[in-house]
Amino acid sequence: MSTPKVTVIDYGVGNLLSVRRGLEHCGAVVTLTADPEQILSAPRVLLPGVGAFSIAMQELHRLGLVAVIRELAHRQTPLLGICLGMQLLLEKSSEFGITAGLGLIPGCVIPVATRTLAGKQQRVPHIGWNALLPSDPSGNWSGTLLQDIQPGEAVYFVHSFMAVPADPAHRIAECVYGGHLVSAVIGRDHIAGCQFHPEKSGEVGLKVLRRFITQ
Amino acid sequence: MGMDMFNTLERRNRAQAKDRMTRLIARLDIKGPNLIKGIHLEGLRVIGSPNEHALRYYQQGVDELIYMDCVASLYGRNHLGDIVRSAAENIFVPMTVGGGIRSVEDAMQILRSGADKVAVNTAAIANPQLITEISRRFGSQCMVLSIEAKQIGAEQWEAYTDNGRERTGIDVIEWVKRGVSMGAGEVLITSVDREGTRKGFDIALVKAVAQEVSVPVIASGGMGKPEDLIDVVREGAADAVAMADILHYNRATIGEIRRFAEAAGLEVRHYEYA
Repeated sequence: MSTPKVTVIDYGVGNLLSVRRGLEHCGAVVTLTADPEQILSAPRVLLPGVGAFSIAMQELHRLGLVAVIRELAHRQTPLLGICLGMQLLLEKSSEFGITAGLGLIPGCVIPVATRTLAGKQQRVPHIGWNALLPSDPSGNWSGTLLQDIQPGEAVYFVHSFMAVPADPAHRIAECVYGGHLVSAVIGRDHIAGCQFHPEKSGEVGLKVLRRFITQ
Repeated sequence: MGMDMFNTLERRNRAQAKDRMTRLIARLDIKGPNLIKGIHLEGLRVIGSPNEHALRYYQQGVDELIYMDCVASLYGRNHLGDIVRSAAENIFVPMTVGGGIRSVEDAMQILRSGADKVAVNTAAIANPQLITEISRRFGSQCMVLSIEAKQIGAEQWEAYTDNGRERTGIDVIEWVKRGVSMGAGEVLITSVDREGTRKGFDIALVKAVAQEVSVPVIASGGMGKPEDLIDVVREGAADAVAMADILHYNRATIGEIRRFAEAAGLEVRHYEYA
C-alpha cells in the first residue's frame, strides 16, 4: 500500500502542529495548504479549527474555500472536521449571532449548557476526557471512524459550543456532560466530524486518525 | 438515535456522583536540559531526560503533562521550547508549559512549539493584566494560573514567585479569585510546604482554592502514595492531580495509580494499556 496522504486546510485558525504530528505519527504524508487546487486534488482532507465560528467562516470565504469544501463533498472525497472544523460542517451557528456554516450536515451549532440536567451550574468550556458512547442503540461503529474504538473509551474535549445534527442518523457517538448529550462524532456519506481532539486523545485518538487516513 | 437510548444515557449520568473525570497529570520540573526534582522546590536533584520520562508516562496512559522550567523566571528565559517540540512528536495528550512566560509573545512561542496551555505565576503577579491578555488572545482554556503557596497561619497562605523563592505578601485566596476573574481558565495550586515531601497534599489549601473558583483546580505537591490522590479529590475537591516524585522515582506507575483510583470509586479515564 502506498503512503497515505492527507491535506490539512490551513486557513489561519488554530495551531496545526499537533494535528500534523499526529497524522505523521500514524504514517501519513501531510500537506498544509489553503490552495483550492491542492485541496481539490487531495485524496482526503482534514478541516481543523479552534476559535470562533464566524471568524473561521469569514476566513474560509475570504480564501475562496467554502465552494471548494462543498465540491469535496460532491466528489465524495473523505473529509474530516475536528472541533470547530466539525461544527463548520453544519448549517448554522448561534455563536455571537447566527452565522451560516458549510451546510454539509443538516443541523445547527448551539452553546454547551451552562447548567446540568439537575439544574446545577456547570463549567463551560467543557474541558477534559470524556467517554464515547454509541448514538445508535445497536452500538455498532463498524464502517465509521470509530471502528477500532470500544464504547466507553475516553477522548479529550475542549469546547464551548456543540453540533446538533437534525437527523439522528448522522450522529455516530455521544458523550455526556452534566447529564446532557453532546455530539462527539457525526457523519454523513464521506463527511465526518469529531468534537474531541484525536491528536490529543492518546492512543485512542490516534486510532481515529489511522482509520481516517486509510479510508 | 432513539429516545430510549437517550433516556438510558441521561439516567446513567444522573446516577454518577461526579460527572467529570479526575485527571492524572505528570509534572516534569525542568532545569536546562534535565528533569529535576527538589524538596519544597529547592535542593534540586537531576533525575534524567525529561522526554524519556514523559514518553514512559504517556505510554502508561497519563492524561496530561505539565512541564515547568524551574529556573526560567530567575534568568528570564525559557528552555522548554525544544523539549516540548520534541515531545510533541510522539506524545499525544495535552501539555501545559510554564516557567518564565512573561508576555503574549512568549506564550505564542510555547504554544507554537506544541503546548496546549501555558502556566503563568511570576509574571502574572508582576502584571496581572497578562492573564487577561493571554486569555483573550488564545482562550481562557489556554491560560493556567500557577500559584506557589506557603502556609503562614491557620487557613492562610501566601503566594510565592520564582519557584518558591520570593515572597509577595499576597494572600493566595484573594489572588486566585482575582486571577480567575481576569481570565485564568484553570488553576495549578502547588503547596511549597508539601512539595517533594511525600506527606500528602495540603488538602485545606486545595479545598480553600477550589471552593472560591468555578474553573478546574489542579492540586500539586506532596503526593506520596495513591491514597493521597483519593483524599485530595474527595476532601479537597481537586479536579486534577499533578504528580512528580512518585512517578520519577518509580514508586508507582500511572497505570497502578489509575487502577487504585478506579477501585476506590473515583471517576477517572478508563484506559487499558499494554
